[in-house]
Amino acid sequence: MSGLSGELLDLTLEHLLLVLVSLAIAIAIALPAGVLLTRRPGWRVWLLGFANVMQTIPSLALFGFLIPVPLIGGIGKRTAIVALVLYALLPILRNTLAGILGVDPAVRESAVAMGMTGRQLLWRVEMPLAARTILAGVRIATVTTIGTATIAAAIGGGGLGVFIFRGIASVDTKQILAGAIPAAFMALGADAVLGWFERKFSPA
Amino acid sequence: MNALVEFRQVCYRIGARDILRDLTLEVEEGETLVLLGRSGSGKTTALRMVNGMLFPTSGEVRVEGRPTTAWDPVRLKRRIGYVIQEIGLFPHYTVEQNVGLVPRLEGWDPARIRKRAGELLTRVGLEPEQFLPRYPRQLSGGQRQRVGVARALAADPPLLLFDEPFGAVDPVTRTELQRQFRALGRDLAKTSLFVTHDVREALMLATRIALLHDGRLETLAAPGEFLRSGSGEAQAFLAGLDWRQETAG
Repeated sequence: MSGLSGELLDLTLEHLLLVLVSLAIAIAIALPAGVLLTRRPGWRVWLLGFANVMQTIPSLALFGFLIPVPLIGGIGKRTAIVALVLYALLPILRNTLAGILGVDPAVRESAVAMGMTGRQLLWRVEMPLAARTILAGVRIATVTTIGTATIAAAIGGGGLGVFIFRGIASVDTKQILAGAIPAAFMALGADAVLGWFERKFSPA
Repeated sequence: MNALVEFRQVCYRIGARDILRDLTLEVEEGETLVLLGRSGSGKTTALRMVNGMLFPTSGEVRVEGRPTTAWDPVRLKRRIGYVIQEIGLFPHYTVEQNVGLVPRLEGWDPARIRKRAGELLTRVGLEPEQFLPRYPRQLSGGQRQRVGVARALAADPPLLLFDEPFGAVDPVTRTELQRQFRALGRDLAKTSLFVTHDVREALMLATRIALLHDGRLETLAAPGEFLRSGSGEAQAFLAGLDWRQETAG
């Protein structure tokens, strides 16, 4: 039993690491991309389309597709992270776009008319007013990433999925639950924490 | 007399549609020039050209003698106060932060901004202690509009633009705001360009009325002359005035 609990701790941390790294990368890509899309309406169809297509590929298949891809593919964590990032892009991208476009046009108009530069408009007006919507996107991305990351084990990415796949292979319900239950709690915890932030960041 | 704003043969076209046709007009220092017209007459377009929100397709708009295209766009906008019907107060800023925005962008020190915001609120008839810490959602429509005017005045700009600022408030509050606006205009000796479709408001506030019709300047006259104008469009507006008095509650 001590073996299992030691492994549980390791795999939980590994899972958490997978999720955090993937989310950090996804945010670093999707947030600026979302801002860019508010300035370049013509690109919206393409970028949102790409993110949409990524989301529609079944997760197990996406992991599989990536294995033969050079540089980002192969067996292991790197491939898993690439897949998780691709999944997390859409909600963050979409919500960044929606949040910023949702700013009252009159507010934007008066910001510009008062002589705010593009950067001031973004950081002092648009981002604070969009923060809540953007955070909601991050929250959705986080919760789904925690779930999807269990599949990373299928391509040697580690994490709590190791228990699940091992449990399935050996028809051992205890092992499956050892992976599924901590993942579920992690998702609930993340949801609660980010939900709190979301309320905290709500504009006025 | 000195022209603070000059429109010189200004045309503005969107696709094949002429929004403004050959508009030539000067706004003298210290006056309140009202741009009167129906929806789609081009009055808002003309207004937005003054602070460089739009630029003419041909012709030029000069502010303080310099074409708007030659101004640094940010400098030009910060020298001009701007009030729109929707007001556009920043919902995540308090009244103090809203009013102090341009001074803050201009790098004033916080004590001076605070003092200025207080003075301006008093000017527009709001008690500073009570209103400075409030958020826009805690204000009535009329109060918001007052804060909008205070915000436009904050950095003491020589020129103010108003785009139907009192259009969205109830009639009683509107009359109050108009009176206060007139008093304020006399006190501060600012130059204002004021867009409205309300002929009563135009007659009340204007030193001169420029009537726009289909993108053309139809009539340019002081209120007294405007009442006697033979122009068909002016007559249409004045007829609206009679109708309004008969039926409006």
